[in-house]
Amino acid sequence: MQLKNRRLRQQLSLATCALLTSIPGQASADWEVDTGILAYSETDRVRAVKSIITAKRITDETTTSVTLLVDTLTGASPNGATAATTAQTFTTASGNSYTTAANERPLRDFRDTRSAISASWEKVLNRLFRLKLGADVSTEDDYDSVGLNVNLSRDFNQRLTTLTIGAAVTQDTITPSGGTPVEGSATDGATISTQSSEESKQTTDLLLGVTQVLSRTTLTQLNYSYSLANGYMSDPYKIVSEVDAVTGDTTGYQYEKRPDQRIRQSINWTTAHHLTEDVIHFSYRYFWDDWGIDSHTFDLKYRYELGAGHYLQPQVRYYMQSAADFYRHSLVDSETLPRYVSSDQRLGEMSSYTIGLKYGFPLFTDGNLSLRLAYMQQSGDSSPSDAIGSQKQVDLFPTLEAVIINVNFNLPF
Amino acid sequence: MRQLLLLLALLSGLLTGCAVDVKPWQRGLLAEQKMQLVADPMEQFFDEHIFFSKEAASGGKGVGGGGCGCN
Repeated sequence: MQLKNRRLRQQLSLATCALLTSIPGQASADWEVDTGILAYSETDRVRAVKSIITAKRITDETTTSVTLLVDTLTGASPNGATAATTAQTFTTASGNSYTTAANERPLRDFRDTRSAISASWEKVLNRLFRLKLGADVSTEDDYDSVGLNVNLSRDFNQRLTTLTIGAAVTQDTITPSGGTPVEGSATDGATISTQSSEESKQTTDLLLGVTQVLSRTTLTQLNYSYSLANGYMSDPYKIVSEVDAVTGDTTGYQYEKRPDQRIRQSINWTTAHHLTEDVIHFSYRYFWDDWGIDSHTFDLKYRYELGAGHYLQPQVRYYMQSAADFYRHSLVDSETLPRYVSSDQRLGEMSSYTIGLKYGFPLFTDGNLSLRLAYMQQSGDSSPSDAIGSQKQVDLFPTLEAVIINVNFNLPF
Repeated sequence: MRQLLLLLALLSGLLTGCAVDVKPWQRGLLAEQKMQLVADPMEQFFDEHIFFSKEAASGGKGVGGGGCGCN
């Protein structure tokens, strides 16, 4: 294994070097290295550390870039069951059991490592056209993804207007430990039926964008995106509680089941305005999909120059979404089971805000270092009106809080 | 309907923008890194990844970038 890893590493570095140096006939080239590390920590739940390094080779006509990413995740993630007034015991598809105390949201421990490599190549085709090609591969314990993307831009109107079209295809393979449970099947903790050991998903993304110079100090962009996904989109680790129609006590669980097709669309408006020293960035996104979700996202950043290249940048982001048609916090055991159901809070009605502050300053001749601290809070309806009996005593949508620490370093040479 | 009105308002903003004339030598401020629509690609990459894994909505700023099992 060690040998294999070492060989793989050698091959990767060789391939990286080859890719970055194989463009002949360029007299001069600039290099740039970007590194970043991000620590994400939820209160009592998931902790993630992401590290990235990007190397770029820039010439007059081309930019070639290779990015490596390692992502480690540990902690506990909601298993989808609601809190109950009594303790609950669960058995996973791989045969492990765990117990959650009364009145607590059931969480399942997990650990995962994701490694990814991506490469892109951008070329100025002529005075007006630019082409960018990209590829990425990512692997984790139970999930693999391969993708290709292409972007073409053309300038108009004395280069005050740029039109961009982009397309991407992604193929994902899902291999949950213990197999994929039969979607929508009941689980009593002892017998779990699996439908397969491997599932897949194909996604096609399209983008159409217009970028416009509005004045010497204002730049704006409007993008329309369309995404079609087909395949397995359930979360193989998530279940839904079934409760008694009168007492509200949990009587069983079933695996969630989501539709096998999803069409996502969005309109994204981004603008930047220069105040000759400080800069304001604002973006708004309206997103909707055919699962019944629509959402609004507002993001505002203000870069305040302190002098000599030092700056402070406060950020505020607000996000809200409506629930998917098939989102239910729990099912009633006497009802006819719906065709699709998920109690994943990420598909429920909720809102989220993030506040952050970044401090950046020059380091070495042309380098830049930035430090960022942010806080995120996500909340929904903890006491929905359709709660039954004992459900009224528990939190059916616990608030999520997370702290983000981010250090980025950029060095051209 | 609300979506359509919003789109029309944004488009009309862009079209009136087409009438502006900013000469190449007047684009110094626009060329600065901090004025780019994605001024810090690394920061955007991290943020998109976090919000993608915690929210139902995603995308809008570009295509590609790689999938993961986090959502």
